Amino acid sequence: MLTIKNLHASIEGTPILRGINLEVKAGEIHAIMGPNGSGKSTLASVLAGREEYEITAGEVSFKGKDLLELSPEDRAREGVFLAFQYPVEIPGVSSTNFLRTAVNQVREYRGEEPLDAVKFLTLMKEKMKLVEMDQKLLSRSLNEGFSGGEKKRNEIFQMAMLAPTLSILDETDSGLDIDALRIVSNGVNQLKSKDNATIVVTHYQRLLDYIVPDFVHVLYKGQIVKSGTKELALELEEKGYDWIKDEVDSNATV
Amino acid sequence: MSTLIKQDILVELLGNAGNGFEQVRTAGKEAFQTQGFPTNKSEEYKFTAITKKLEQNIQNFAQAGDFEVTAEQVKANVFEGYLGDVLVFANGHFHPALSSTIEGVEVALLSEKADTALGSIAKPEKDPFCALNQSAFEGGVYISVPKKAQLQKPILLLNFFKANAGQVIQPRVWIQTGDFAEVTFINHSINLSEAPYFVNKVVEIKGGLNTQIRYYKLQDEGKNAIEVSTVETDIQQDGRFSSVTVSLSGELVRNNLNLSILGSNSEGNMYGLYLLNGKSHVDNHTNVDHTVPHAESNELYKGILADSSRGVFNGKIFVRQDAQKTNAFQQNNNILLSDDAVVNTKPQLEIWADDVKCSHGCTTGQLDEEALFYLQARGIAKDQAKGLLLYAFAGEVLEHITDESFREYCTELVQKRLGSKF
Repeated sequence: MLTIKNLHASIEGTPILRGINLEVKAGEIHAIMGPNGSGKSTLASVLAGREEYEITAGEVSFKGKDLLELSPEDRAREGVFLAFQYPVEIPGVSSTNFLRTAVNQVREYRGEEPLDAVKFLTLMKEKMKLVEMDQKLLSRSLNEGFSGGEKKRNEIFQMAMLAPTLSILDETDSGLDIDALRIVSNGVNQLKSKDNATIVVTHYQRLLDYIVPDFVHVLYKGQIVKSGTKELALELEEKGYDWIKDEVDSNATV
Repeated sequence: MSTLIKQDILVELLGNAGNGFEQVRTAGKEAFQTQGFPTNKSEEYKFTAITKKLEQNIQNFAQAGDFEVTAEQVKANVFEGYLGDVLVFANGHFHPALSSTIEGVEVALLSEKADTALGSIAKPEKDPFCALNQSAFEGGVYISVPKKAQLQKPILLLNFFKANAGQVIQPRVWIQTGDFAEVTFINHSINLSEAPYFVNKVVEIKGGLNTQIRYYKLQDEGKNAIEVSTVETDIQQDGRFSSVTVSLSGELVRNNLNLSILGSNSEGNMYGLYLLNGKSHVDNHTNVDHTVPHAESNELYKGILADSSRGVFNGKIFVRQDAQKTNAFQQNNNILLSDDAVVNTKPQLEIWADDVKCSHGCTTGQLDEEALFYLQARGIAKDQAKGLLLYAFAGEVLEHITDESFREYCTELVQKRLGSKF
């Protein structure tokens, strides 16, 4: 579904990603872990099409298409979803109007009829249950005045509404209390199918107790320096990132 | 002091203007002559070179005078779905035959109400254009909302302007409200001629105890409009006053909005939106004077400026020594869509009391890139996402309009301008 080859990206001339290689297949959950500043969020942003990053080398193909050629909105319409680390508060934009516009633009791109108000509301009610979303939140402006947990839940709710094929969760767990973490993870797990895939970007292993990954990759200095199964995450939890840093840095100096 | 436009003609005009109100007009004339037109050194008109604009465009300062308006024209300019009453004016002259009869409200020609205390609310010595209007206003209307009257429907003041190039229109409106009255006014002006002319309008609103007054104004008279418009009111004990000013075009528009808070437990709200393109220039000057304790004022003005348009915001808040426990909040936010657009914003707080809550803030920037990306990342096309964000920005002002049909009308105009439909 997603193939990343030798991806290099920089911001304002500073290289952040230095040759990422990753293959994600339908039905898989990949966790990307790593210390702060390793490039985890950059990778998530580059995949979603954030413009301030410059792609200096490499390629990304998504369902056979050159992802890097597509505008952010077209990536979303093709089925890429980024759950933001810091969901943006947008005063004055009602959550419901925003979602209906988004859902219908995605549907239009896919050659589907727009949902009418009734069908849209039915879908919304159904998906709200998934993340135990309070109806009241949706009558407010998008994310405005939401707590950290509510914002993250809203991200997963939007994900449910848009039914993406590739979901990228960027530090969705950070700042969540255990209840919110359970709700968010539950939502993600219920949305999982054999046809879609998830990339979980996280600093902590804790989330992976709830969203169990098929593969764990460690990102350090803009490269995937280690890959393994969920046991790797436990090892990281126990030993921290220093041993990996040491391993990589000592290899580099040899 | 200042160079007058063809001073001899102007003085003659001031001397021969209209019937009645001789004393009022004389006071206005004297106040005007003392102040003169603002010069480029005048602090109050620093960013708005109104005098220069008048010198260039207004040749003889002749009044444009009354003209015929048809029922069709009235019908064509009332908002779709509007259920309120309508008062029709042609260059400031009231046309009762085309206007609604409003139950329980007295509406008369100003000339029939010779003892109206014109100038007692909008004091001519404070502003030269207010003085100029008082010396030589045309026509004018007297509106009295009696005690305890609760008008469910708004009153639309529908102004038609038609003039030759270089002429002057000086409308005058007097509104008085009895204690506990509740009323909503919508001021909308339609420009029937393309020529550059000068509108200098004064609206005085006399509040009462516990009154609730809303005053909405839509300015979209076209790119040639040169206008100074003054709205002034006093707010008495337990009174509430809210205004929304929406400006969409104008060669040079200056809005003066002055609130005097004279009674406690009262509230004054001022909201404004200026959405400008081309070379439009809109200047909003607001002034709220807290003279008594336990009152509140809220102010939110927002601007979206494209092309080489210019916006000016100057918000004065006075909190006098007696006005303890005042809450006064002011905010001015601007989005510039082009490198050539300019905003001059100036909050001006003078606080003499020591137990108050006052805040002000202003921002000027571009569209929030992070928010734009967020919307795009959910599949919304960039142009539409921009429109959505701009509309949301503007919507915070428009939501203060309580009359639904007028709000819808403004919303549609704004959405059309922003190129988005939501």
